[in-house]
Amino acid sequence: MNLKTSGAEAIVRSCDGHILKQRIPKRYRIKEVDEQIRRDRTKSEAKMISEARRSGIPTPVIYDVTDYDIRMEYLEGAQLKHVLDVDLCKRIGELVGRLHTSGIVHGDLTTSNMILSQGKIYLIDFGLAYFDRNTEARGVDVHVLFQTFESTHEEHDALINAFIEGYEKTFDGAKEIVQRVKAIESRGRYRTERL
Amino acid sequence: MKNRFVLGIEGTAWNLSAAIIDRTNIVAEVESQYLPQKGGLHPRMAAQHHASEIGDLIRKVLAEGGEFGADLSAVAFSQGPGFGPCLRTIATAARALSLSLEIPLIGVNHCIAHIEVGKRICNVTDPVILYVSGGNSQVLSYRAGKYRIFGETLDIGIGNALDKFGRYAGFQHPGGPKVEQLAKNAKKYVPLPYVVKGMDFSFSGLTTAAKDALEYASQEDVCHSFQETAFAMLVEVTERALAHIEKDDVLLVGGVGANERLKEMLGIMCKDRGARLYAPEKKFMRDNGVMIAHTGLLMLESGVTLPIKDSAVRPNYRPDDVDVVWV
Repeated sequence: MNLKTSGAEAIVRSCDGHILKQRIPKRYRIKEVDEQIRRDRTKSEAKMISEARRSGIPTPVIYDVTDYDIRMEYLEGAQLKHVLDVDLCKRIGELVGRLHTSGIVHGDLTTSNMILSQGKIYLIDFGLAYFDRNTEARGVDVHVLFQTFESTHEEHDALINAFIEGYEKTFDGAKEIVQRVKAIESRGRYRTERL
Repeated sequence: MKNRFVLGIEGTAWNLSAAIIDRTNIVAEVESQYLPQKGGLHPRMAAQHHASEIGDLIRKVLAEGGEFGADLSAVAFSQGPGFGPCLRTIATAARALSLSLEIPLIGVNHCIAHIEVGKRICNVTDPVILYVSGGNSQVLSYRAGKYRIFGETLDIGIGNALDKFGRYAGFQHPGGPKVEQLAKNAKKYVPLPYVVKGMDFSFSGLTTAAKDALEYASQEDVCHSFQETAFAMLVEVTERALAHIEKDDVLLVGGVGANERLKEMLGIMCKDRGARLYAPEKKFMRDNGVMIAHTGLLMLESGVTLPIKDSAVRPNYRPDDVDVVWV
């Protein structure tokens, strides 16, 4: 087994050509809370990955889900943050447009959570995803992505415009969401840069 | 550098407190607390309490400081966030002192004062901060001139959540300490909603669910379940902040920091990832004049003073609005 990442919540290993994502127990919380959180998040992530896939969003194929572990397809490729350009950004817009059309909000849209594999852009890490058709939830989703453009990529204005072009192509309600993103940015809580 | 003494006035909510400090000593400290007979904190009643007490309080703290030979260099006050009527009362007193003593006025952000006094008492320089009180619940850390907010409550503060629940259960204000006591005798956990969205958390749904749970579970069990659920949310976000910016120190501040179970949970999280937990003694966790005086001194040393014309109170003053030039 080969350790890929170890976040605060889960460890991700590659194993027999698969990815194994394991949510690890936390001693600070009582067993009842700990198991409930890990079980809920594991179940929800597996479900949202499948739902997204059913809506035509490329996501890793899930092979097996147990209480706290997800075994899924290993994607050979690059994280978008390493290869991002205007053309790919337009395709990200199309992808997120399809995701939002299907009613799913990703909850953690960053260019680290997108993988370019065999010419296709895959979305991964649905641990914080949920169903929501409200403008606010979708707006925050897009806002978070724009923040990663701004904090980790140059020429972010061109990237944002390309994203919007793609987003409007695949999602009818896109204009309203883009308006909302501007409103979210102007709010106090987002006025200064967050880490 | 000349030894400077600063008078600090705190009174954003229930505790009206004034203190005189310098770099090494707390020279004088006087308090007067507003405690409602029934119900929760009423902003206007709290402000009336402060208005009737503040004259005596200032006289006392100046007399104590005078005995020590403290010659004031500035007067600092809590400019916000807090209850508007309370803020206006202490701001008026601070302006009057600044004018009559002919010393500079300093407007201190209440949240940042909690952080700075915690850093002074615990002798820690660059921690991830969990700030939990009645009105505020935030995870912060310093970077590039500001205390950045990693995650915060989307609705009410954890202390307010505990007090609201406590009031419903029939406890006298503040309910938090009573909840902590009862939780010790719990027999089982009652499932309650655990709400973390990204790096933010929410307590109002949890509070409603806990109230409802009193219908079918004992007070002890619900108090225990409330604490375990809410505190796990706070500790989880604190841990994610530590992991993200790779710091090794955690500082716990704010009135709810006095809760032993919260401290214990944070301590376990820190131990398991090789981090250290710092928590000042209880009197510096809750609102106090020393924290305002100390932060005022840091600001004074950096040349940050406030002209009277700009000294309007800021009830929604955010910690990330402040340029932290003294760190």
